Amino acid sequence: MLEYLIRRVFSMMLTLAAISVLVFIIIQLPPGDYLSTYIAELQSQGEMVDEEKIEFLRRQYGLDKSMPEQYFTWVFGLLQGDLGYSFEYNLPVNEVVGDRLFLSMVLNFATIIFIYMVSFPIGVYSATHQYSWGDHGLTLIGFLGLATPNFLLALVLLYFANVWFGTSIGGLMDPQYLDQPWTIDKAWSVAAHLWVPVVVIGTSGTAGMIRRLRANLLDELHKQYVVTGRAKGLSPGKLLIKYPLRMALNPFIADIGNLLPQVVSGSVIVSSVMSLPTTGPMLLGALQSQDMYLAGSFLIFLAMLTVVGMFVSDVLLTVLDPRIRLTGSTRA
Amino acid sequence: MSVLLDVQNLGVSFDTPSGLVRAVSDVSFQISAGSTVAIVGESGSGKSVTAQAILGLLPRPASINSGEILFNDVESHGAEGAPIDIAKLDPRSEAFRQIRGNRISMIFQEPMTSLSPLHTIGDQISEALLLHRDADVAEAKALSIDMLEKVGFPDPVRAFDTYPFELSGGLRQRAMISMALVCRPALLIADEPSTALDVTIQAQILKLIKDMQQDLGMAVLMITHDLGVVANMADEVVVAYHGEIMERGSTKDIFSKPKHPYLKALLKAVPHFDMKDGERLVPLREIKHEAGTLLREYVGAKPKHGKAPILSVRNISKSFENRSHKGLFTSSAAIKPTLVVDDVSFDIKRGECLGLVGESGCGKTTLSKIIMRSINPDNGEVVFSDNGEDTDLLHLGDQAMIPIRQKIQYIFQDPFSSLNPRMTVHDLLSEPLAIHGIGDATYRREFVQELMNLVGLDPRWLNRYPHSFSGGQRQRVGIARSLALKPDLVLCDEPVSALDVSVQAQILNLLKDLQKDLGLTYLFISHNLAVVDYIADRIAVMCAGQIVEVAPREELFRNPMHPYTRALVAAVPYPDPNHPLDFAALKEEQASSPAHWPEPFGPLDDTTTPLLNCGKGHLIRAHKKPSSAGGPA
Repeated sequence: MLEYLIRRVFSMMLTLAAISVLVFIIIQLPPGDYLSTYIAELQSQGEMVDEEKIEFLRRQYGLDKSMPEQYFTWVFGLLQGDLGYSFEYNLPVNEVVGDRLFLSMVLNFATIIFIYMVSFPIGVYSATHQYSWGDHGLTLIGFLGLATPNFLLALVLLYFANVWFGTSIGGLMDPQYLDQPWTIDKAWSVAAHLWVPVVVIGTSGTAGMIRRLRANLLDELHKQYVVTGRAKGLSPGKLLIKYPLRMALNPFIADIGNLLPQVVSGSVIVSSVMSLPTTGPMLLGALQSQDMYLAGSFLIFLAMLTVVGMFVSDVLLTVLDPRIRLTGSTRA
Repeated sequence: MSVLLDVQNLGVSFDTPSGLVRAVSDVSFQISAGSTVAIVGESGSGKSVTAQAILGLLPRPASINSGEILFNDVESHGAEGAPIDIAKLDPRSEAFRQIRGNRISMIFQEPMTSLSPLHTIGDQISEALLLHRDADVAEAKALSIDMLEKVGFPDPVRAFDTYPFELSGGLRQRAMISMALVCRPALLIADEPSTALDVTIQAQILKLIKDMQQDLGMAVLMITHDLGVVANMADEVVVAYHGEIMERGSTKDIFSKPKHPYLKALLKAVPHFDMKDGERLVPLREIKHEAGTLLREYVGAKPKHGKAPILSVRNISKSFENRSHKGLFTSSAAIKPTLVVDDVSFDIKRGECLGLVGESGCGKTTLSKIIMRSINPDNGEVVFSDNGEDTDLLHLGDQAMIPIRQKIQYIFQDPFSSLNPRMTVHDLLSEPLAIHGIGDATYRREFVQELMNLVGLDPRWLNRYPHSFSGGQRQRVGIARSLALKPDLVLCDEPVSALDVSVQAQILNLLKDLQKDLGLTYLFISHNLAVVDYIADRIAVMCAGQIVEVAPREELFRNPMHPYTRALVAAVPYPDPNHPLDFAALKEEQASSPAHWPEPFGPLDDTTTPLLNCGKGHLIRAHKKPSSAGGPA
């Protein structure tokens, strides 16, 4: 087991190294760099461009160096916790990201919990009452959630939140708390604003989740071991939780790897519409303006979360499922 | 003896979109305390539905709509109480749950799927005790271990903490039995308890059920399609067909004087060892089939039968690494590879059918996959001879293998998973032709129709999908597909073991006829000795990766020499109450382990035991010719 863990961690590092190269190349692929985008922008606004200043900036940011040199500078910085310097914000990336990362984690964790809390009971109900009115009705609502464009729902909910509860439009907190240190009031304001995006982003996720859980559970409900459990005299509730539900969970554990990066990067469009101070819109902007270090740091961070998530779900599966723990593929 | 269970005029129907479908109608029978009653019938006869009704396990669309099931058990209703009518109880009610798993319990056909793979068998066994007896966890564990010992687990304490997939099929079924019996029920319902098991294991499980029955004084309701099992186990027999009872009576009467035509037909459809040479099985519904012109051409073009082997397998060995013996912290260096196929050599002559018999895990399927080149062996060679041209298949490149693949085809065991559910029968049958670029669309259409006629299926069904066919029909589609490329050699891997007896007879006859008409050569793999005896010309017996005995068909079963072959033959239940299994002579899982074979068959030392020729094509793996050849085991 220990050997397995060490091997996995080692291969994770290799994967991350490969991803960092890819990320770097892809960011550099479009012609030009941040400065040429910057120049174009200035010119389009009719401003003069000082060639000397550009040259100075180019040297300052190390853009005149060769690609591999730039890459290694960036990677060694990353290893020491220095995420580089954002051209667009004129700040170190650490500071630019700061609060946003925390807020988007809060938002997306809340969303995931919302999705689980809503879709698990519904999914289980739908599966155990297949083709009943309840199943059809709940499924319909789920599909409505999936089919409604998120931004539309966002606008509607924002309106009602403002009319009924007096919550300010947009953002994750009342304007007076922006860039203020954290206080109880600020946290409360965040909580009051949080539910709208959580519901908006969550509704689209619940439908898919309900369908998946329903399908997984339906598969398991017809398995022979469920009949065995019934033949033993187990009550329906106990039986459901101990056997088929436990089996149906495996795909969800395997999904943690995809979930973690979603927590950080998900919901770009909704965040833009609702002007939420999360990382999604910022990543989009950084990619558009070729803000190399900001975009690169984001992408590497997402890659790391994916790889770590996969690792966590693999380890969890090994712990939870004796079949994975005790049998292995026979190498032919 | 008092009547324990009295089923009166039971009727069960399924509520389907196209209206009510009666699955069981007017079924009546009694089970006396401590006796064994068997319900016999093919799939769809309503035998399982009857059992499910007794235990309240009917699937949702089904319901009992007439009759009563009176359960007269003192422990359930007290000494003075009247019998409980199970049919009137709500299956979800507490009262019914108190009976289920406690006074009536059930074991199922497939021991792998009927146990949860995520829970230890100890957990699953003691669960019933925790539910029905006011036992605490420690008591339940003690009682469970006790029961595991009773059903024959060598190390019950360790077994308590093992998972089902760590056990062999026989042990799994033992675990299942101990789970059903741990609360000491008055009635055990056994739904095809030994069908999925090897003959030797089947005999052991049947013996175990008998022993436990005596031990606990319980009644057994046995549901099976295997008349051999019935003859050995039951006191009384109920014959079901299409949801109705055709005939019932004591086992002796049923077998000696079958009255109903269905029962007579059923008895004739089962292959058995006393068949005369050339005697044909009589399936309940014979299928008509014919070979068309396109196929006839191919028969004419074939080389005549000769003595030359079409396939020679030489010294094939294959080992697999096994991680299941590995603890959480043992290093990978400690894993020993298991030798699955151990130095196997044999020839198949053109036009013959070689039967390969052995229990599951003996390496017979691995061997067939090696011949198909879907697994590469560690060493050895497989020589395929085509018109006097010998090719070693194992050293061919993938490209060079493609033309040979037309010559060797495969029929699979499971007719359900071996056909792609998203392809029509036409697509399934013409796919091999498309892959090898044979013919144009018109030719393929015509040829595929001919293939359908060849296996006795209506060509108008070509546009249907596999799900609209029964198991036997699907297997015929599988056979037609394997013949699409006009092969010389067909590997049949347990082609009838997933089918009902009556359908089995159809398929066996079809395979026999096709072999004769098209001049095919078969390698027929099966664990069912009677089936192999019916279809094969020569039989090879495989055990623990080795071939232990090879002989012509009539020689092998009349005069088995190797202790393993003898154990196999002795374990086959005969559909004849006057010819019972000798349960006392059964050795516990020892016949299949070479270390327990007596002299001169056992390993003298580390040198491998040679195959000796005893004349008349009878080969046997032994250090010297056994002196007592032919004597009783």
